[in-house]
Amino acid sequence: MEMLAFFVLAVLAVASALVILTRRNEVVCALSLAFNLASIAGFYFLLGAQFIGFLQIIVYAGAIMVLIVFVIMLLNLGEERYPERGRIQGWLAPVFALVFAVILAAVLWKSEPLGLGEPPSDFGTVAVLGRELFSRFFYPFEVISLLLVAAMIGAVLLAKRRI
Amino acid sequence: MSDFTFLIVSTVVKLGVAIGALMGSVAVMTWVERRLSAVIQFRWGPNRVGPFGLFQPVADGVKFIMKEDIIPASAHKPIFILAPAIALITSLTAFSVIPFGPIVELFGRKIPLVVVNMDGGILLAFAATALGVYGIVMGGWSSRSKYSLMGSLRSSAQMVSYELSMGLSVMGVILVNGTLRPFQIVEQQAGWFWNWNVFLGGWQLLGFILFVVAIFAETNRLPFDLPEAEQELVAGYHTEYSSMKFAMFFMAEYAAMTTASALAVTLFLGGWQLGIPVPFEGWVLWILQVGAFAAKVVCFLFLFVWVRWTLPRFRYDQLMNIGWKGLLPLSLLNVLVSALLVAFDVVGR
Repeated sequence: MEMLAFFVLAVLAVASALVILTRRNEVVCALSLAFNLASIAGFYFLLGAQFIGFLQIIVYAGAIMVLIVFVIMLLNLGEERYPERGRIQGWLAPVFALVFAVILAAVLWKSEPLGLGEPPSDFGTVAVLGRELFSRFFYPFEVISLLLVAAMIGAVLLAKRRI
Repeated sequence: MSDFTFLIVSTVVKLGVAIGALMGSVAVMTWVERRLSAVIQFRWGPNRVGPFGLFQPVADGVKFIMKEDIIPASAHKPIFILAPAIALITSLTAFSVIPFGPIVELFGRKIPLVVVNMDGGILLAFAATALGVYGIVMGGWSSRSKYSLMGSLRSSAQMVSYELSMGLSVMGVILVNGTLRPFQIVEQQAGWFWNWNVFLGGWQLLGFILFVVAIFAETNRLPFDLPEAEQELVAGYHTEYSSMKFAMFFMAEYAAMTTASALAVTLFLGGWQLGIPVPFEGWVLWILQVGAFAAKVVCFLFLFVWVRWTLPRFRYDQLMNIGWKGLLPLSLLNVLVSALLVAFDVVGR
């Protein structure tokens, strides 16, 4: 059952990723990226990380991608035209792709299953995650929050010269 | 029957009941909307088909199925076809976490009357609403019509803005109840009606008001119906749609309305709790409780229609000001106050 769900999600994720790469219409690409993010959320659910899965949908597929689609529609771009590729680039690209594929295959071939054992029954729930964030990972969490606030203020300052 | 088969069978039955009730409410609402608007405006409304025009939804349904399905020549076909389906699926999904009754004992087993009784239920509802905007965006963009595009641009801006306030206004309830499981939230509001979250149970009156305003905007209802403002945009994002595809957008909108009402009832108004102690037990009590839930949702739907035919529409800049400068700070304040109330043990369960 889990295996079946995994393969369905995997096919969906890979297919939508291929659509992003091959289509030239920006809105279609953005929509299939949203679909891709949602199917990644499916993997999180399969792994028992419920909260992360919901956040993936609400934040990435919901909020961020909607904003990206919004901006693309507002700019109203035509069909994308790629600039002419140089000769050397055309030759080098397949070579690098092949090298990368070989490295990836070698790593996958060598690696062994991690053997983490059964997770506890309340793994990945909001309560457990919240307790961990506010006890063991308290300082990293607060530092990241501060960093995000600073980034937000910076973005507003850059975008709006006069406040 | 093994436990697993029983779980599957009972879930399928509950799913059927929930979708049936939801779609039934959509059909009835299309009639109620027109009759009530007529009453408010001193008109008659549809009163020809059947007693009081009650069979009007059936006539409309037949009409939608019989009409020609037109796809504009310049439309982006796959997305044009997909858009209404996504709109409908997302608004139906959100309903699955809403408890419509207590734990019922049937064939010696305890069945909670909710389709998905999961720990992060509220998050599931929010995730479904967050994805709901795609139906509108895709429909508007793929039509290749300026009115449709304007409508979907407005609606994506509006839904992203108000989603934030909607999520934050619910934070108070989550803080007070200490759980994200809708069924548990309803169970904790037992007893007299002042134990409901909106009253002394959670001190969430502000949160409730903010949530109601936010769901009006999320469901694109007046006074926030800019995505389909008739005078400016013909019909907004579904201008180019006809036949059953248009009907699906229509159903999605009304289903979203019912789901939002049910969510408000569950979170703030005690869900299926009666609010007064009654001397009944067993089946009678269970039926009364399911009835109480239905009655509360119906009151809420009445409010939706009433407001639509009473208030004028906001301008776009007013809409954004209300969302970002009014609702958002207030809902942040609500989170702060709720957190303080919980920290000093004024409320908490």
